[in-house]
Amino acid sequence: MTQAATTDTNERQLSYREAIIEAMAEEMRLDETVILIGEDVGPSGGIFKCSEGLFDEFGHDRVIDAPISEAGYIGLSVGAAMTGLRPIAELMFGDFSLLTMDQLVNQAAKIRYMTGGQCQVNLTVRMTMGAGRSSAAQHSQSLHALFAHIPGLKVAVPSCPYDAKGLLKAAIRDDNPVLVFEDKMMYNDVAHVPDHDYVVDLGTAAVRRAGSDVTLVGTSSMVGVALEAADELAALGIEAEVVDPRTLFPLDIDALVDSVRKTGYAVIIDEGVQRYGATGEIAATLQEQAFDYLDGPVLRIGAADVPIPFSPVLEMPTIPDTARVVEAVQSQRRR
Amino acid sequence: MYRKMVEIRKFEEHVWDVYTRGWMPGLAHLYIGEEAVATGACSALRDDDYITSTHRGHGHCLAKGARLEPMMAEIMGKEAGYCRGKGGSMHIADMSVGNLGANGIVGGGFGIATGAALSAKTRGTDQVAVCFFGDGAANQGIFMETANMASVWNLPVIYLCENNQYGEHTPFQAVTGVDEIADRAHGFGMEGTRVDGSDALAVHDVVRHAVERAREGGGPTLVEALTYRFRGHHVGDAAPYRTKEELEWWMSNRDPIELLGREMRRRRIATQAQLDEVQTETETAVVAAVEFARQAPYPEPEQAFEDVYSE
Repeated sequence: MTQAATTDTNERQLSYREAIIEAMAEEMRLDETVILIGEDVGPSGGIFKCSEGLFDEFGHDRVIDAPISEAGYIGLSVGAAMTGLRPIAELMFGDFSLLTMDQLVNQAAKIRYMTGGQCQVNLTVRMTMGAGRSSAAQHSQSLHALFAHIPGLKVAVPSCPYDAKGLLKAAIRDDNPVLVFEDKMMYNDVAHVPDHDYVVDLGTAAVRRAGSDVTLVGTSSMVGVALEAADELAALGIEAEVVDPRTLFPLDIDALVDSVRKTGYAVIIDEGVQRYGATGEIAATLQEQAFDYLDGPVLRIGAADVPIPFSPVLEMPTIPDTARVVEAVQSQRRR
Repeated sequence: MYRKMVEIRKFEEHVWDVYTRGWMPGLAHLYIGEEAVATGACSALRDDDYITSTHRGHGHCLAKGARLEPMMAEIMGKEAGYCRGKGGSMHIADMSVGNLGANGIVGGGFGIATGAALSAKTRGTDQVAVCFFGDGAANQGIFMETANMASVWNLPVIYLCENNQYGEHTPFQAVTGVDEIADRAHGFGMEGTRVDGSDALAVHDVVRHAVERAREGGGPTLVEALTYRFRGHHVGDAAPYRTKEELEWWMSNRDPIELLGREMRRRRIATQAQLDEVQTETETAVVAAVEFARQAPYPEPEQAFEDVYSE
C-alpha cells in the first residue's frame, strides 16, 4: 500500500487529461514500438483532447486515426501486439467497448493461455466511463466490472492525475491486455503530477485518508465522493478511512483487509451498476477474508439499476453521491 | 507440395480414427478435400510471414510448418502439444513459424492478421500476413471493418477465403448476397480473384502474385478459393444437408491430391510409383505421430492455472 501523492501547490500541477497525454508521450519516446490508435486521436487530438500534441510529435505512423470500426481496430491492435508492437487503443466512450467484446474477451484475453504461453498481448485499451454530463444511456456507462470478470484482462481505474499518469505508464509497459477506465468528469481535475518517469504498480491500493471508524472503498471518481463523505462524517464524529484500490484486477485485497481490521466497518462505492458489480465482488471478498474483524455488514453503493437517463434531474439520482455514503455509514452503525 | 497435401490428408484421416476411437476429447473439424488451398498458399510464404487459421485449421498449421507429433499431441490434450494441452484442435498455434493461431470464433482471424500486417508495415519489414477464413466468416461484420482498414492503409495482407460452399450446415448461396465472395473486393477498394481451390498450383500462383505485390507495398488482396469439404462439418456430422451425388462428384472429379498427382505424372515430374512411395512414407510418419501422442503424458492438473497472465 502507498500513500496518496502530495498535492503541494508549490509542485507542478497537471490536469488528469494532461497527465494521460504525458504518460503516452513519455512511453512513446522511450519505446518506438508504442503506437496510439483510435477515432480522432490524430491531428484533432481527440474529442476529449486526450492525445493533443502526440500526432505532431510522433507522426501518422504512430498516432493513427482509425475509421469508426471499434471491433476492427481493437482487433488490429491485438494482432499488432502479438507481432512486435505495443499498441495503445482508445475507445472514445466506454459504451463502445461493447462493440469490441469478441476482440477483447475471446481474443486478447485468451490467446496467451490458449497457445500455452507462446505469446503475449501487450495491449493497453483506454476508454472513458462516468455519468453526469447528460450524455444518456449509450455514452455514460461505467463498464469496468464487466471486464474485471474476464480472466486474462487487467483493469485500472485511476482516480487522480498522479495515478492517471502512473497507472497508464504501468499499463503500457505491462505484457498483458490492460484496460484503463478514465472518468470523463475528471479530465479537468488538477493536482500534482511529477514530471519525471514513474509508474504506479498495478495491484497496489492507496489510502487517500486515514481513519479509524469505517473504511470507505472508492473507485475512480467515487474516491472523491468518499473523501467528501469522510469530511461530513468527521463533523459527526466518525473518522472514515478512504481506500482506493486503483485496479480492480489485480485487486490489492490485503490493503482492504488491513483497513477493515482497523475500522470494523466497510462501505464500497463504485459508479458501475450495483447489481453483479465491483461493489459486490469487493464486499464478498471482504466478508470472506475479514469476517472476524467486521462489526457490521459490508454495504454497497453503486449506480442505480436503470439505464442512465438524459435529463439532469433524472440522471443525478442514479449516480452514487455523498449523502448516500453518509447515510450508509450511519445506518451501518445503528444496526 | 504433393507430399504436404498427402500429409494433411493422412493426418486428418488419422484424426478421424483417433476421434472415433475416443482417444481425443472435444471436436474435430476435418480439412479433407481442401488441402490444395493451405498448401498452395503457404508454399508462397516465408517462415517469417504470418497466417491466421480457423476452426478447420489442421491443414493450415501443417502447411505453415507445424510438425506432426506436437500437432497430434495437442489434439489429444497432451503436454507435448503445441499449446501444452490448453488449446486443442481449434487453437493450434506455432509462433516460431508465423502461425498466429487457429481460432474458435468464425472470423476471429481478421483482426489479428490485419494487425500483424499493420505491425509489419509499421516496423518496416516486408513480412506479409495471410488470413484464412471460410465462406461463413465472409458474412461477419468485422471482415468489412478490417478489409477497409487494410485497403485505406495499404497493408500487406491477403484475405484468403476458402469457400467450401457450406457454413456449417447451410449452403453459402442461401445466406450470401453475391455469387462470388471475390466480388466484394471492389467494395473494399482492393483486388479480388477467384481461383480453383482444388488446384494447388493455381492457388500457389494467385497467392504468390498477391504476396509479391503486398511485399512491394501494393496493398491487400482478396482471394476466393472454391473448394469442398469431403467430410461433415465435424466428425459425427453425416452432412444430410447435401446430396450424395454432389459429394461423389467432388470426390471423383476434384480431389486435389489426385489432380496434382495426375499433373505431376503428365509433366513427368513423378511416376505413380514415386507418388505411392510418398503415400507410404507419410502414412508411416503419421502413424508414428499418433503413437507418440498416445504415449505422451497429460499435463499436470496444476498447469490449468498457468499462462493466464504474462509475468
